[in-house]
Amino acid sequence: MIWNPEIECAEREQMHELQSNRLTGMVKRMYDNVPFYRNKFDEIGLEPGDIKTVDQLKDLPFTNKNDLRDNYPFGLFTVPQTDVVRIHASSGTTGKPTVVGYTHADLDIWAEVVARSLTMAGVHKGDTIQIAYGYGPFTGGLGLHYGAEKIGATVIPISTGNTKKQLQFMTDFRATVIACTPSYAAHLGECIANNGISADDVKLRIGVFGAEPWTNELRCQIEKLLKVKAFDIYGLSEIIGPGVSMECGCQCGNHVFEDHFIPEIIDPETLEVLPDGELGELVFTTVSKVAMPLLRYRTRDLTRLHREKCECGRTLVRMDKCLGRTDDMLIIRGVNVFPSQVESVLMDMSETTPHYQLIVRRENNLDTLEILVEIDQKNWSDSIRELEGIRRRIENNIKSMLGIGAKIRLVEPNTIERSEGKAKRVIDNRKC
Amino acid sequence: MHIQQLSVFLEDRSGRLTELTRILADNDVNITALSVAETADYGIVRMVVGRPQLAKEALEKAGFSIGLTDVVCVNMPDKPGSLYRILEILTDEGINIDYMYAFSNNDVALAVIRAADIRRVTEVLEENRLKLLSQSDIYQL
Repeated sequence: MIWNPEIECAEREQMHELQSNRLTGMVKRMYDNVPFYRNKFDEIGLEPGDIKTVDQLKDLPFTNKNDLRDNYPFGLFTVPQTDVVRIHASSGTTGKPTVVGYTHADLDIWAEVVARSLTMAGVHKGDTIQIAYGYGPFTGGLGLHYGAEKIGATVIPISTGNTKKQLQFMTDFRATVIACTPSYAAHLGECIANNGISADDVKLRIGVFGAEPWTNELRCQIEKLLKVKAFDIYGLSEIIGPGVSMECGCQCGNHVFEDHFIPEIIDPETLEVLPDGELGELVFTTVSKVAMPLLRYRTRDLTRLHREKCECGRTLVRMDKCLGRTDDMLIIRGVNVFPSQVESVLMDMSETTPHYQLIVRRENNLDTLEILVEIDQKNWSDSIRELEGIRRRIENNIKSMLGIGAKIRLVEPNTIERSEGKAKRVIDNRKC
Repeated sequence: MHIQQLSVFLEDRSGRLTELTRILADNDVNITALSVAETADYGIVRMVVGRPQLAKEALEKAGFSIGLTDVVCVNMPDKPGSLYRILEILTDEGINIDYMYAFSNNDVALAVIRAADIRRVTEVLEENRLKLLSQSDIYQL
């Protein structure tokens, strides 16, 4: 089913017109109300009236995460605080948190895009959705919540953690949909297996997972453990939260709700817009948001865009699964390394678990990468020859995937910290 | 007749073997034979114990990775040539040994042998009238 076919299946000309109208209005609102943007426009001698179509987007200035921090907390709001009805903020593990404000209209947009997303995954009225994303300043919990209520599903707002209670609610309330981070989904799946809960007592059929990059291999594992069809939901709080883009049943990328969030792919070095199909940094312009619209916001996520019509009938532009955030990217001996690449190697091998941790050190001015990999508690060989064979095969596969060598250390099960939120995959000891 | 050996994967971490033996002691499990094979980063402890199933459950509950492996335990006279005789039989049958550990005392020598086809090892050694220890010889009652 399609929640809003008029938009989701719109002809390109119609979408182009809608985007152009909204962009024109947004630029004017920004110029009139936000000194930060007015200064940027004045610097390049641009008047808001100059902008007539969305094709001119490429000439407009970018917004960076640092701009949000520099204008902390409310400097980028276009409306007085009396019109702001909700504030979310990122965890801010590095520096100040990034703050986002919402008007009533913004919350309506958010519920609308999440309703479209859940419908895209096959969720409908009558489903019971267990929302195990964090409720609070993090956008995951409340974002999913209002979209789920909008389509009329029954919501269990359980938030993160307390795995025992999660399993109890899941079985007793007959949850049919689970929404959480993919690493927590894998954790829940393992707990179901280990606690001897019968498959008949778990009624889940759909999983909506996001907030961290994950691989197709992890998808297969979660689908097996939880017996769900797993869908990727993408979003970031700066743009709105979850519901910026969503995967449909064809699973050939995420449909971007481009009537609200216009995506572009740029070369992160030259800042030039790249053609469809090329890998680069994802940039969003939030043309309809009221409280805190952003112009060409650089997400740091690396992906590609595709504009061919999808088999599901939607015409919305699709983005590939993100290769990773440039923030998660490690540069080891000059080579770009994403933790998701390591995960993909491990998930491809039947003898290993997807529980791993990258440890980067600098020894004698040379970067070294060590990867801890947990052995499977039930299924391992007690022959050193076989264990060393597995270890060497991981080493070879990692080397051909990353292009640099890594030392693989096999460790006991459950020794790598498990995530109830986001997984701790990297320890970089080069930073002080 | 073969017996079950307990294999434990141990990270190279101080006190891990002590923890393992403490759990066996707490559960009143007797160790008949034990060997440790080590690499740079981890080790594998192989043990013949009195109550293998109980030991496996207790150790798994404590988070250890446990495997149960079928092995043969041969009883032979404690004199020169005993082990040679056994290995010669196995070699003649084209059987490769994966690993083994052995000990002798008081006129009795015992060797624990692991090979891929453990049933074949059992058959060959029994055909040659060698004494193999059974579960009841070792297991605590």
